Amino acid sequence: MCGAKAGGPDLAGVDVANETIIQGSVTRDGEPVNGYVRLLDEGGEFTAEVPTSATGQFRFFARPGKWTLRALVPGATVDRVVVASQGAFTEVAIAV
Amino acid sequence: MSRSDVLVDADWVQAHLDDPKVVIVEVDEDTTAYEKNHIRNAVRIDWTKDLQDPVRRDFVDQEAFEKLLSAKGIANDDTVVFYGGNNNWFASYAFWYFKLYGHGDARLLDGGRKKWELDSRDLVAEVPVRAATEYKAKAQDTSIRAFRDDVLAAIGTLNLVDVRSPDEFSGRLLAPAHLPQEQSQRPGHVPTAANIPWAKNANDDGTFKSDDELRALYQAEGVDLDKDTIAYCRIGERSALTWFVLHQLLGQTNVKNYDGSWTEYGSLVGVPIELGN
Repeated sequence: MCGAKAGGPDLAGVDVANETIIQGSVTRDGEPVNGYVRLLDEGGEFTAEVPTSATGQFRFFARPGKWTLRALVPGATVDRVVVASQGAFTEVAIAV
Repeated sequence: MSRSDVLVDADWVQAHLDDPKVVIVEVDEDTTAYEKNHIRNAVRIDWTKDLQDPVRRDFVDQEAFEKLLSAKGIANDDTVVFYGGNNNWFASYAFWYFKLYGHGDARLLDGGRKKWELDSRDLVAEVPVRAATEYKAKAQDTSIRAFRDDVLAAIGTLNLVDVRSPDEFSGRLLAPAHLPQEQSQRPGHVPTAANIPWAKNANDDGTFKSDDELRALYQAEGVDLDKDTIAYCRIGERSALTWFVLHQLLGQTNVKNYDGSWTEYGSLVGVPIELGN
């Protein structure tokens, strides 16, 4: 069932080896920030968005390749480019 | 129908928080978001429990819809303002659903929950109590709802608009990337569908682009607005947002939302599917 839960989907029951996971956290001065993270493809097209969790975390199930993460928080927007691969966790720490 | 009849901004909502004839309704993809907090006096509709038949894959019937709205304290002559997370995906879905059952005055909060949060506006945990009503719904208006046979008949003749991301359209992903990738359907899209992702309708903060920008978007993608149009996505919520743009903001009367969408079409035996961009 659909559910853009804060922080993104949990890993219970997920075959991690077959997934391309991009995850991380959004912080300001070292403290977690409540906001949103968008996943944009190589053409800059929106692919997904999740609200950050109470601890500032987010997670996506993508596909191997280059992606842009865009953090949207009150008063700031920050982009980070990442390269993700299957069966691996791509960890991204975004400071705003 | 025009933008000012169906779309309100946060200041308008703020000014009507205590208006007894305005019902603010939160509809979230994450159905627990309301429990954490919500706009003051907003009621919740749970799209998974309140709007779906508990056994078959279909909507609740007219009588159940009447019971639902009566219990929520929504009257036929109330102005219902929908908002929600994920850039109003499910708020648009509920808007379309209310129109399917003939509700009169329905509106969307531009930007939904995200813009409200990014603007640091107040959210509360207190759940309002509204007196029950005796809501009377109309029979479903199927001029705005497409079924699978409508989609098959539209291939090569009508506008088919696939509003999913390019990765889903091409078959590289089976679901939006905030979900585990499912394997139950075949990947791809309906042949002759144009890929106009829902996100092209909106700014980063979730607000809709201007009518001129929206009209130009569909014209640039080769959508002949004089022809009938069917919009689809994965389960019909993102395409409800595109339906809202075409039918409510741009005033196109010949637009249907296919709520079966890819989870139905991609599971059908023997239908044509295209892969790639």
